[in-house]
Amino acid sequence: MLSYLRRSLVISAIFIVLLGLAYPLLGTGLAQLAFSHQANGSIGPDGSTLIGQQWKGPEWFQGRPSATIDAAGKPSPYDAMASGAANLGPRSRLLEKEVARQAARLRREGITPTNELVTSSASGLDPDISPRSAYAQVSAVARARRLPVAEVRRLVASHIHPAQLGFLGAPYVNVLDLNMALAALK
Amino acid sequence: MPTDRREPTSPPPAAAAAAGAGAGAGAGAGAGRGVAQARSLFDREILVEALKGSVAKLDPRVQVRNPVMFVVLVGSVVTLVEAIAHPGVFSWSITIWLFLTVLFANFAEAMAEGRGKAQADTLRRTRSETEARRLDEDGTEHRIAASSLQRGDLVVCEGGDLIPSDGEIVEGIASVDESAITGESAPVIRESGGDRSAVTGGTKVLSDRIVVRITAEPGHTFLDRMIALVEGANRQRTPNEIALTILLAALTIVFLPVVVVLEPFARYSGATVSVVVLVSLLVCLIPTTIGALLSAIGIAGMDRLVQHNVLAMSGRAVEAAGDVQTLLLDKTGTITLGNRMASRFVPADGVDEEELARAAQLASLADETPEGRSIVVLAKERFAIRERDLGEEHQFVPFSANTRMSGIDIAGRQIRKGAAESVSRWVAEQGGTVPGGLGQVVESISRSGSTPLVVADGRRVLGVIELKDVVKQGIRERFDQLRAVGIRTVMITGDNPLTAAAIAQEAGVDDYLAEATPEAKMDLIRSEQQGGKLVAMTGDGTNDAPALAQADVGVAMNTGTMAAKEAGNMVDLDSNPTKLIDVVEVGKQLLITRGALTTFSIANDVAKYFAIIPALFVATYPQLSALNIMHLHGPKDAVLSAVIFNALVIVALIPLALRGVRWRPSTAASLLRRNVFIYGVGGVLIPFVFIKLIDLLLVAVHAY
Amino acid sequence: MDYFLTILVLVALLALAWRYLGSYMAAVYDGRVSWLGWLERPVYRLLGVDPEAEQSWQRYAGSLIVFSGVAIVVTYGILRLQGVLPFDPEHLGAVSPALSWNTAVSFVTNTNWQNYAGGSTMSYLSQMSALAVQQFVSASVGIAVAIALVRGFSRKGSATIGNFWVDLVRGVFYILLPIAFLSGIFFVGQGAVQTLAGPAVIHDHLTGFTQTIPRGPVAFMEAIKQLGTNGGGFFNANGAHPFENPTGLTNLFSVALLLCIPVGLTYTFGKMVGNIRQGVAVLMAMTIIFGVWLGFTSYAESQPNPAVAAAHVVSQKGGNLEGKEARFGALPSALYGVASTQTSTGSADSAYDSYTPMGGFGLMTGMMLGEVSPGGVGSGLYTILLFALITVFIGGLMIGRTPEYLGKKIQAREVKLAALGVLVMPLVVLVITGIAVSIHAGRAGPLNAGPHGFSEILYAFTSQANNNGSAFAGLSGNTPFYNVMGGIAMLLGRFAIIVPVLALAGTLAAKNVVPAGLGTFRTDTALFTGLLIGVIVVVGGLTFFPAVSLGPIVEQLSHGRLF
Repeated sequence: MLSYLRRSLVISAIFIVLLGLAYPLLGTGLAQLAFSHQANGSIGPDGSTLIGQQWKGPEWFQGRPSATIDAAGKPSPYDAMASGAANLGPRSRLLEKEVARQAARLRREGITPTNELVTSSASGLDPDISPRSAYAQVSAVARARRLPVAEVRRLVASHIHPAQLGFLGAPYVNVLDLNMALAALK
Repeated sequence: MPTDRREPTSPPPAAAAAAGAGAGAGAGAGAGRGVAQARSLFDREILVEALKGSVAKLDPRVQVRNPVMFVVLVGSVVTLVEAIAHPGVFSWSITIWLFLTVLFANFAEAMAEGRGKAQADTLRRTRSETEARRLDEDGTEHRIAASSLQRGDLVVCEGGDLIPSDGEIVEGIASVDESAITGESAPVIRESGGDRSAVTGGTKVLSDRIVVRITAEPGHTFLDRMIALVEGANRQRTPNEIALTILLAALTIVFLPVVVVLEPFARYSGATVSVVVLVSLLVCLIPTTIGALLSAIGIAGMDRLVQHNVLAMSGRAVEAAGDVQTLLLDKTGTITLGNRMASRFVPADGVDEEELARAAQLASLADETPEGRSIVVLAKERFAIRERDLGEEHQFVPFSANTRMSGIDIAGRQIRKGAAESVSRWVAEQGGTVPGGLGQVVESISRSGSTPLVVADGRRVLGVIELKDVVKQGIRERFDQLRAVGIRTVMITGDNPLTAAAIAQEAGVDDYLAEATPEAKMDLIRSEQQGGKLVAMTGDGTNDAPALAQADVGVAMNTGTMAAKEAGNMVDLDSNPTKLIDVVEVGKQLLITRGALTTFSIANDVAKYFAIIPALFVATYPQLSALNIMHLHGPKDAVLSAVIFNALVIVALIPLALRGVRWRPSTAASLLRRNVFIYGVGGVLIPFVFIKLIDLLLVAVHAY
Repeated sequence: MDYFLTILVLVALLALAWRYLGSYMAAVYDGRVSWLGWLERPVYRLLGVDPEAEQSWQRYAGSLIVFSGVAIVVTYGILRLQGVLPFDPEHLGAVSPALSWNTAVSFVTNTNWQNYAGGSTMSYLSQMSALAVQQFVSASVGIAVAIALVRGFSRKGSATIGNFWVDLVRGVFYILLPIAFLSGIFFVGQGAVQTLAGPAVIHDHLTGFTQTIPRGPVAFMEAIKQLGTNGGGFFNANGAHPFENPTGLTNLFSVALLLCIPVGLTYTFGKMVGNIRQGVAVLMAMTIIFGVWLGFTSYAESQPNPAVAAAHVVSQKGGNLEGKEARFGALPSALYGVASTQTSTGSADSAYDSYTPMGGFGLMTGMMLGEVSPGGVGSGLYTILLFALITVFIGGLMIGRTPEYLGKKIQAREVKLAALGVLVMPLVVLVITGIAVSIHAGRAGPLNAGPHGFSEILYAFTSQANNNGSAFAGLSGNTPFYNVMGGIAMLLGRFAIIVPVLALAGTLAAKNVVPAGLGTFRTDTALFTGLLIGVIVVVGGLTFFPAVSLGPIVEQLSHGRLF
């Protein structure tokens, strides 16, 4: 019994050093050397392409609704410090209200609601939307920016990432990339 | 008198008669004889007793031994309290049916026990108080009650006496009627010394006088043990039964919270569920079908063995029989007919075959053994030699252990027949010479599995009679079946390896042990067991006792010695070694029946859920009625139908439990596929049909 | 079509893992691999362990229990002291006692149930040195138990079942560490973060939006989180967070990673008992259950979300996207969900709480089957072997022989231990859920109303008792009640199964082997696989049918009704 205890303590210490320090630190060093951009969060001048942002106003392509809440429990969309989903069940009254609200907002802005533009993402930080949802916003954005619809449409088309390796996941448009390109159009 | 069956010449009449009785009994023996009175499944007498028994068994102290049915009993008490507190047709119906469920289970057990009891009664009648004639040290006889006989006492029995207790003959020879125990009406010879000295209390001496040393303590005679066994008194649960009971208890334990937590679950969902319905659900879910029938299956298994005229000393042995992977079978009487038959005359050089036949017939005229008679018959068939009236002066020379020959002295001729070496020695003594070719003939006959018997007339060797071992009809197919179910057969014989190999080949056994000594048998059993196999064997002699004890299933012949009977864990009253195969079958059936009913019991739960769950929550969640795929009439109907089905299925399966699931020799895979289909798939589907039918019936009688 | 291709690639990857990782693991535990001897030997010296000396099952279990106890205490200590320990760039301070207890138990039992919001509760040190360490260690403990049980089957008349310390160390060094390290590099390359630099504050020049983005040593923890079927992520959003699971490729890779050891162990099993087909029969049972549940859940998630339909959104192409990430889509998320719940991993790339009723049913019942398809690392194999024993017992009876599995006779003691191991989980789930729905502290937990709220509670304890760790995350779990009860559920779900399994290993190892013959119940056939599936599904179904009928089933049947 005592020998079990002694061994348990010794092996725990060994594991903390090897697995809890050496493994992640060695990994960090290697990651920083080989993939510095990714390892630090794929962050550019206007944010991380992997972490979604709240885009306000009709002149920007918008991402998906985000259900993140701040420390006080108040809605705080795209709060990266509190990633998470709405967690409402499919027969939830609250969900139905929220989806209806999003749909009404989109319609007000002249956008035909699409599936993912009315549903919140799992992380609350989804940086992407589907090509359909991007196309759905083309005319509204073009109107707000007084740009030819065709040009905005072309812009969207050029920013579609096909599914990885052609079959993994879904084709998507990175909203930050698209909006940066949109800003550059002027 | 020699009893060694290896002797090439015929065994003495008494032993032959005993062996013949065994061999003749065959596989179907036992039906309608002796202890094993075949009764119809629902014999009126047993039925009445069983009905009484099922009420007597309601005693909670009895019930608690069966955890599954105990839960049902407790449940029925709970619903009874509910029914009294809130009377209603529904709660009373449920209470009654739960109560009936318990009664049905008791009834099943009582039925199985009743069949044993009826057999025990037959036995008990033969044990009726007898007087014993105790022989005291001073040589005087005292009449005392048989029950006061002590081990070691000497008693005298004469023609017409019942032997008062088990014992060993120390003096004399007698023919004994053992039909009270074996059901076999032909008397058997019992004599002092050797392997046939044991007598059983309750059997009757027909002629002559014997002195018996009592070997049993009062109340522990073979007959007493037999009665206790068939009655199922002090029945010990067998290992597999214990394992299954544990599984059933575990299932019961897990269903308890499954049902109990439904109350808080329902309350959280805004529903209320009645205690009566929860108890009903619990009873329907726990494996009541197998729980109710489990002990009946075990008792009935023993009972089926008794019907084969085999007494198992423990249920453990019956179970082990199903697992046997190696069968050790004695050649004589099991694989071959007990008697060898003359099949050919092989004359020596310069001797006419007919002359040989004539001499052989003459030498065998007085030989009443089957072998001797077969020689006479063969001579008649081959050369139409009639049995002559021996007008001339003649004298028969009987078989003796010293000379190992028999024959006749007639008209100055001395004709002898016997084992090659004995006759050769005898001829040499007479001053004759043995022809050179004889050895070859003898060996070639041995090699083919037969026994050579040399015939000589004075100094002349006339030739050889071939006594063929006749392999029993159908035995090969039997072994093929055994092989198909993975059982290896090993033939045990005293024959030399050549003969043994030939017979083994003909009979289709997997292996043989030639020139078997008790030690060699023992070693064989040990080595098989070391390889993880279970071994079954039969034996009768005292020198078989160690091997019988070592074997996992040791079947002692009832004709055998007390030592053998004590060592084995089964006794075959017919003394028919082929029985081993039947014993294996009964063992398998026992396990299959348990497995099949367990599967059936659990599979039934599916339908019961579909009956009860929608009914349970229909008030709060009417949408759950989508699960009511049987379209049962109403929630109360649904619950009651399930409970009624659950109770009736026990009764419906009693015959199956008593008779056992049919077992046909086939590979494990096909057996499994068949049983899974019938009891698994069938077990899922059948209750849907019957619950619906019961529901329709309830609607028809306007129960609600 | 893409989805089928995804599954095809997954199957191909797993086939490779089965064959090569499986035989490699057999070699590791047979002591035939020694390329890390230089690292291994000094450890044994420090421990004072003779790597050749084996233990009886009692000593093996004793070592395991004491070691796990110490691991809980150490983890608890680090969480409580994280405020004064280094690597705390966000100055998060000590974790509360109840939460520390729940979390320590959670990671030591391979559950990784998280009642905390990852990135904002745990310091980098806690994540690396307390949680990620346990992700290695608890996985290695699980494999060790499975291997000990397999040794029970493969040995004959043996008094010992191996050496716990050696199995523990070898599992970590030879299997988990190398694969996790390589996988970590891959995750970083795809975009997962791995830094000690603390949060980044960004200011978007386009809209003036500011955002504080937490970072940390994520990628290498992600690797062991999946590989060891742990599931505890660095961030609250777990595998849905772009820093943990940035691309479709990492999504598939994660699924492959969490399935590879449980699948490979079936090969290890077959190899160690000397008949690969035995492993195949078990693997097939796992695969068929997994396949059916995957098909069912995928179909459910390809259905529209009723709330979206109610908002008159014309096209719901893509299925139920509430709580799913755009880069994955509904179907690959369902794949991830099924893989995660059926391996006791519990990581999530989508919000399981927002799955359609039948999708959620698929996830929840996947766990209720006992985590055997293919189950957690080690735990999946040893649990399905318990089911196999029960299958053999019932099936074996039906052919008229005392049942035997791999030549070992299954008698009262084996049945007792196997039944205990199989039935502990449903007992714990039902009883604790029963308590939770009965008292105020429990009823306060759910976010959703009606049957879905019930599902949240039921899911929570199903997940914890199965050492899964996934959640219908609407439940507010960080309360004293849920922290304490969850801890109890996790401990029982882990050790009340491990101890009977080790006892079983001990009894089996001591037994003689019955040679197989024609009369033997073959356990390497399709018939056995079918029966095994039947027993698993029937036991799970019978114990949980009433409960799930009050949760997802009634929710599914409530067309047009809201709660």
